[in-house]
Amino acid sequence: MNVIIMGCGRLGSRIAGILDRQGHHVTVIDASEAAFRRLGDGFGGDRVVGNGMDASTLERAGIESADAFMAITQGDNRNYFSSQMAHEVYGVKRVLCRVYDPVREEIFRDLGLETFSPTSYGAQIMVDMLMHEPARR
Amino acid sequence: MYILIAGGGKVGYHLAEELLNENNEVLVIERDAGRAAQIRDELSGNVLTGDSCEATTLDLAGVSRADLVAAVTGDDEDNLVICDIARYRGVGRTIARINNPRNELLFRKRGIETTISATQAVLAQIEKELPTQLMIPLLQLHNGLELVEIKLPETSPVAGRSVREVLLPAESLISLIVDPGGVPRMPSGDTRLNAGDALVVVSRKESLDMLREQLIGSTHGLDT
Repeated sequence: MNVIIMGCGRLGSRIAGILDRQGHHVTVIDASEAAFRRLGDGFGGDRVVGNGMDASTLERAGIESADAFMAITQGDNRNYFSSQMAHEVYGVKRVLCRVYDPVREEIFRDLGLETFSPTSYGAQIMVDMLMHEPARR
Repeated sequence: MYILIAGGGKVGYHLAEELLNENNEVLVIERDAGRAAQIRDELSGNVLTGDSCEATTLDLAGVSRADLVAAVTGDDEDNLVICDIARYRGVGRTIARINNPRNELLFRKRGIETTISATQAVLAQIEKELPTQLMIPLLQLHNGLELVEIKLPETSPVAGRSVREVLLPAESLISLIVDPGGVPRMPSGDTRLNAGDALVVVSRKESLDMLREQLIGSTHGLDT
């Protein structure tokens, strides 16, 4: 699978590493070259420096032949914008969008995107942890 | 009309001022508290401090009863989110200011009715003043149609032909011909096109390059 990941932060770089090891072709976009250090030496995919909301950057990253696009920058609105661009303009089949704000996440999901909110997901998991026996270390 | 304006910068402020003068009910939503206070003084109220990208802020502003939402912040991504949430809340008409012309397609695909690009407006203004410019954008109409003026050069491939013989892109129409003497004529199929004529043409935005090629021909970078 050709996968484009926008945002090479902790989550983005981790996902990139996992998919790369599984044998997928991964292209990571980040505005800062320094962010690619998180990928480590063994990463075999492509790195594109640029703004992922810019059509020309997306095209440089090969959006026209991408099977999946994952928007994982720090900005909910940026992630939404690029996800819609990938979906509406470039017709990418799978588009996954990280949204911190749970309210916006629900709306974006209703508007047709596959969304993931670490906030609501994390909250649920931590409440579950609290209600169960402490994990042994 | 109840009009919500997201973003209290220069565009938002002047828009609000105009719309208030026309006796509309207007509310400006501005994130920066200092700027919001300034607008409150100058527009005597009519401002809400908050982030218009948050659905809760839009709800507080009564978005669901708004007739129109104008998203005029300086960030295209914010304007898209604001318009999409407003439409999700049932607003019939949303207008977004776009800053990067390449984003226009996305807004159109999202059903955001009208987009205003400051960049494009400035560009059109500049192009109007360039004498070598053979195709001048005049007006953006609804539904992706655009009105342009095309001046036929000596080398035009259609000079000497009648309107009927000219193959135009789909949904394009020569609506007016002004001859070099400044006399306007409504074209018919038999009207002959001459070098020096100015043609007012309605066309689809995406057909403009083709239109240019068919009426002006190759211009060797004179007016790209």
